[in-house]
Amino acid sequence: MQLSVITSLTGLVLLACILELLRRHQLKEKYAALWLAVGSAVVPLGMFPQGLDSVAGSVGIKSGVSLVLFAGIVLLLLVCLHLSWESSRLEEETRTLAEQIALLRTELDAVSGPAAPAPPPAEGPGPGPGPGAGAGPAPAPAPAPAPGPAPAPAPAPAPVSRPERSG
Amino acid sequence: MRSGTGIDAGAGPWPAGRRVLVIVPAWNEADGLAPVLKELRTTVPWADILVVDDGSTDLTAETAKAAGARVARLPYNLGVGGAMRTGYRYALDHGYDAAVQVDADGQHDPGFVPALLAALDGADLVVGARFAGVGDYRVRGPRRWTMRLLSLVLSKLAGTRLTDSTSGFRACNGDMIAFFARWYPAEYLGDTVESMVGALRRGYHVCQVPVAMRPRATGAPSQSAARALLYLARTALVLLLALTRRVPAPARSELPRMPQTTGGAG
Repeated sequence: MQLSVITSLTGLVLLACILELLRRHQLKEKYAALWLAVGSAVVPLGMFPQGLDSVAGSVGIKSGVSLVLFAGIVLLLLVCLHLSWESSRLEEETRTLAEQIALLRTELDAVSGPAAPAPPPAEGPGPGPGPGAGAGPAPAPAPAPAPGPAPAPAPAPAPVSRPERSG
Repeated sequence: MRSGTGIDAGAGPWPAGRRVLVIVPAWNEADGLAPVLKELRTTVPWADILVVDDGSTDLTAETAKAAGARVARLPYNLGVGGAMRTGYRYALDHGYDAAVQVDADGQHDPGFVPALLAALDGADLVVGARFAGVGDYRVRGPRRWTMRLLSLVLSKLAGTRLTDSTSGFRACNGDMIAFFARWYPAEYLGDTVESMVGALRRGYHVCQVPVAMRPRATGAPSQSAARALLYLARTALVLLLALTRRVPAPARSELPRMPQTTGGAG
């Protein structure tokens, strides 16, 4: 008798926590469905722990409580696996974002001009201004006019400018 | 063609007009970086240099800028793989024909860059290998077994001898850039071993060029036997994963394109 009091109370507390988190928008819908299902299974089982005895007997488990224990562990393992998967995915996504931010900052540096110290004409490699070539990679140490504040990256020419290699 | 005042693009051994990007992943390398960049400027003046600052907390980015290199600053440390994918993505966005990876610690001699590029004629990815005759870089014990294992598996995959797959001194052509811009593993050994296995499994040609490496300016490779064994185990795991994981095909259209800020083209 005491056992069912403890388990049913636990089930109700769990269900209350899930509902409250849902109400506050702290659980995404995909998790909400899972936890609602778990909650609605736990409460009746908590009230009547013997309810599964017949099911347990038919799969060769002596007591319904053991079956619940087993099912619970399997569920927890699956949830853990799912969380590992989610965090791997998130890590990959944040990595991509970090890379994009780095590249955007680089482009921003190139646009905002050679304010940085790098005007030495001695450095031969800097590609000549040659605006005709067009493909010059952000001439960092370019002389005065080239990378003016004009927002050169008009959306149109960017993708079109390099059709040569599309394999 | 560029008719500017500088050295003309054909000065290097790489075919005239082809554009080469040297990618230098750097994490807290402010001290070692300046000499490396200076040497690159003098030995391969026809190449552009991009330093990828991998979340450094020192003056790495400032040092690189002062040396006249372009800098991409990652907001936090991603590891060499993340830095390299950033570099390849930059190379793809800016239409480079080849990219060379050179470490920031001075271990790689820029003098070998032309040799790596020359080997791109017959391969998509060229690795500068330490154990291929040039230089005197030696290891023993479990660390050596690890090298053997890697070399065995990768050579079999590639159909050619690859003795130093953990080398970070590599060059790749335009196709390889497009592939690596999308897929470049950032995990342990991902930037070297797994990326190479992925390229091989996708059917790219990989070959090696013998190079001499200098002793690292900073940090010594760990010598303890336990560590070497752990390294062997981790390498085996990485190999196993690399051989079984799915490798995505390069799909250029999927990549979000950065706004181009290069020259006023049209």
